[in-house]
Amino acid sequence: MLILKLLNMIIALAAAPFLLGIINRTKAKFAGRTGQPLLQLYYDIWKLLRKGAVYSKTTSWIFRTGPVIGLSVVLIGSMIIPFGGLPTIISFNGDLILFAYLLGLSRFFTVLMAMDTGSSFEGMGASREVTFSALSEPALLIGLAAVAKYTGYISLSQMFSSLNLSIWLNTGPVFVLVGFAILIVFLTENSRIPIDDPNTHLELTMIHEVMILDHSGPDLGMILYSSAVKMWLLGSILIGIIMPIHSGNLLLDVPVTILFMILLAVIVGIIESSMARLKLLHVPQLLVGATILSILALVLILR
Amino acid sequence: MPLFLLGLFIIFVGGLGSLISSRKAVLASFIGAMGTVVGSIIAIIPTFQVLLHGKTETLRLNWSIPSGSFFIQIDAISAFFLIPILALSAIVSIYGSEYLLAYRQQKNLGVPWFFYNLLLIGMSLVVVARNGVLFLIAWEIMSLSSFFLVTFEYEKPAVRQAGLIYLIAMHIGTAFLIVFFILLGHHAGSLDFDKISGVPSSLANILFLLAIVGFGTKAGFMPLHVWLPYAHPAAPSHVSAVMSCVMIKTGIYGLVRALTILGMPPAWWCWLLILIGATAGILGVLFALAQHDLKRLLAYHSVENIGIITIGLGVGLLGINMNSPVLAVLGFTGGLFHVINHAAFKGLLFLGAGAVLHSCKTGHIDSLGGIIKRMQWTAFTFLIGSIAICGLPPLNGFVSEFLIYLGVYKNNIGGGFEAMIFVLIVIGSLSLIGGLALACFAKAFCITFLGLPRSECAQHAHEVGFGMKFSMVTLAFLCVLLGIFSPLVIKSAENVILEISPFQLQDIQGELEAASTILWNIVLVSLILFVMIIGFSVLRKMLLRDRIIKETVTWDCGYAKPDSRMQYTATSFAQPLTNLFKLFLPTREDVSLSKGIFPSKSAFHSDTSDIGEKYIYKPVYRLINLFVSKLRWLQHGRLQIYVLYIALTLLILLIWKLM
Repeated sequence: MLILKLLNMIIALAAAPFLLGIINRTKAKFAGRTGQPLLQLYYDIWKLLRKGAVYSKTTSWIFRTGPVIGLSVVLIGSMIIPFGGLPTIISFNGDLILFAYLLGLSRFFTVLMAMDTGSSFEGMGASREVTFSALSEPALLIGLAAVAKYTGYISLSQMFSSLNLSIWLNTGPVFVLVGFAILIVFLTENSRIPIDDPNTHLELTMIHEVMILDHSGPDLGMILYSSAVKMWLLGSILIGIIMPIHSGNLLLDVPVTILFMILLAVIVGIIESSMARLKLLHVPQLLVGATILSILALVLILR
Repeated sequence: MPLFLLGLFIIFVGGLGSLISSRKAVLASFIGAMGTVVGSIIAIIPTFQVLLHGKTETLRLNWSIPSGSFFIQIDAISAFFLIPILALSAIVSIYGSEYLLAYRQQKNLGVPWFFYNLLLIGMSLVVVARNGVLFLIAWEIMSLSSFFLVTFEYEKPAVRQAGLIYLIAMHIGTAFLIVFFILLGHHAGSLDFDKISGVPSSLANILFLLAIVGFGTKAGFMPLHVWLPYAHPAAPSHVSAVMSCVMIKTGIYGLVRALTILGMPPAWWCWLLILIGATAGILGVLFALAQHDLKRLLAYHSVENIGIITIGLGVGLLGINMNSPVLAVLGFTGGLFHVINHAAFKGLLFLGAGAVLHSCKTGHIDSLGGIIKRMQWTAFTFLIGSIAICGLPPLNGFVSEFLIYLGVYKNNIGGGFEAMIFVLIVIGSLSLIGGLALACFAKAFCITFLGLPRSECAQHAHEVGFGMKFSMVTLAFLCVLLGIFSPLVIKSAENVILEISPFQLQDIQGELEAASTILWNIVLVSLILFVMIIGFSVLRKMLLRDRIIKETVTWDCGYAKPDSRMQYTATSFAQPLTNLFKLFLPTREDVSLSKGIFPSKSAFHSDTSDIGEKYIYKPVYRLINLFVSKLRWLQHGRLQIYVLYIALTLLILLIWKLM
């Protein structure tokens, strides 16, 4: 049992950077390029961990603590979020609220360390980050409340294990709504197109990337790794809700769920290849839209 | 009870001693603060006994005032509110003894200490009074002594205006309370709380509304909150801390006490409370986002937190109404625990803001910056307070919000329209408040403490002395401890909930036990988080040990000399959000752009006014003024005419008596 619990954590920690490789590869294929190696992020993180660091004279200890807190939060997240029917190390009633707020903690420190540099570019990124996350929070929590009311459970492990594919027969519309809402939250929290463009080359237009402009060396390595794990965790929540595979055989469930994660990465890649980033002024509308989808889902369940 | 009264007496003696010795500033401060500390420690002992053992202590003396009696009682509810009042006032007074010394040249320090101690006595009496007249007297002692504290720097016109607004707001609230007690006394035939029972539902509804307005003015419900953003910044910082942390909670106490008297709540009371809480919470944090002054920002956050507390109470009340112990216990526990938590972190934040004000002489966020390097203690404790107030784990603020969430996620009040609206309002508002509070405190902390200094005074900031640091560090510890020991602390609410709700003690204990088991999990996660943070920090240090570490300027697209004026300001940081919610945030912007080939000076100024003030109070007061000015002919300012008025009045009374 303990081995399975650890396995749940290890899959997330080991496979997370791979997801970004797939997204990048998908985008490359669409653009007709060969693309970087699938394992590029692993090389990058390894390279960064072996480097020295450059710090701005303006920064204080906040700048140096932020990456550590971000990494700790996603590690705890990997103990809470179940993957493919595996048991988790930490599971209790209301753990989904704790996870949402832990993400808030890491966001708070990301903003703080960005502002610590005194750069106006990073100020812009930080300001956008807090704006968009304030709007995506209700979408996530109401969406999860809808699933919680549907299953009658309020711990993620119990919630996910009580779902199975029959939800699509009984209450398909609800899960379409929740799925889209959480997909938008997933894209927002991970700074993907159409909310943010991770590959933009202008500091003025970035959100997440601009907040870490001044980080270097091991600090940057930790930040890159934490965002990869965060993407994996939010992806597991999304897949756990809309593609709940429970055949009873973990040897089947886990690989199938991994396949769905890869599919999710491909979809993200397709979204990124087929559309441009939204105008910043239009992002709040998208996020309010996600909240409305969540509300509709809750209405359908409680009606 | 004797110990409690002895404690209050010592506090009073401390205040009086301070007033007498006011020629020597240091001595006056010492006596005043000492009286508060010693008196509070003595008075808090019986309070803890009451809360832990659940027995009540009563003292009833006859009094010559009509329908008044000196009837005081410490029960679980009183004790629950008394502990933060006494503890916080004592911790904060140590801070105050150093803070006020900065004014020793211009001011007589005996006076603020006298009123500070009187305020503490007033607050303590409010929560133990069990007679309407005694309650109102204590309420007035509290309001008036805090008025004199708010107007401490009365030579400034802004402070005088703030004092006036405060005085008027408090007395509008008191007017409603007087009507409340008159109606109650008329029904029961006595103003002793224990003689009141069986209030008929029609009367109860009116009384409930009166209590909402009367107590809500003190607590700062929207739109009765207008005095807060004036009074808190005007008062000396330790007084703002006491007012914001515990004095406004007497409004919540009053509401809770009224609920125990008024009997079974109908559903609309619960909905009203939840709606009031949600509006106060969301609008409070939105207004806070638009503020440029640190203490004004914190004042609006008090409105927000009162909102969260009220949501908790509303959820709890709904639990009573729907006969669901889970909902009642989790809602009330969340709301009541937030009362204590808010006292700890808001106190800390006001003291931090005071330290910044003390050292930089300005609380204007956009002229601060970079002081984390010079005021390390203040910055660190302010950061702790910010994390706590944003409701982020692992600190205490998260726990109380978590309990309310848990109640809503867990409730099984059945489906239907009502349940849906309920879940939506509570979860939606709490999560939005959480996100906006994070934005607001990211702004407050970053612009004040991080980056480069934006003004001369921020450049020369210096750390505050021992007394002030001591209070801040103590409160920061409290925030951490209340978080870590939350599973134990929430159990102290069992007797309080027993008094409010009709449920059996076993049910309440069972629910609290379940909640506490869940909270232990959160504590475990917090501990893992601490260990990981320490572990990774060490790992990071080891990784960087023998490597090349360079220091350079911040990256500004190759520009080599970034300076402090290029930084993002508080206004620009909050702009996307204030713009998004501009419906609620009427903002006036003065822009003067530079023109011509060689640009000269340009300026931008923005000012956000309070919608409550702009759309409700100003029009109403204009109407009142219009009406009252019609009566101006009565006032001539001539003594003879006033004597004539008196004589005429006496004559009319005489005739009336004879008829």
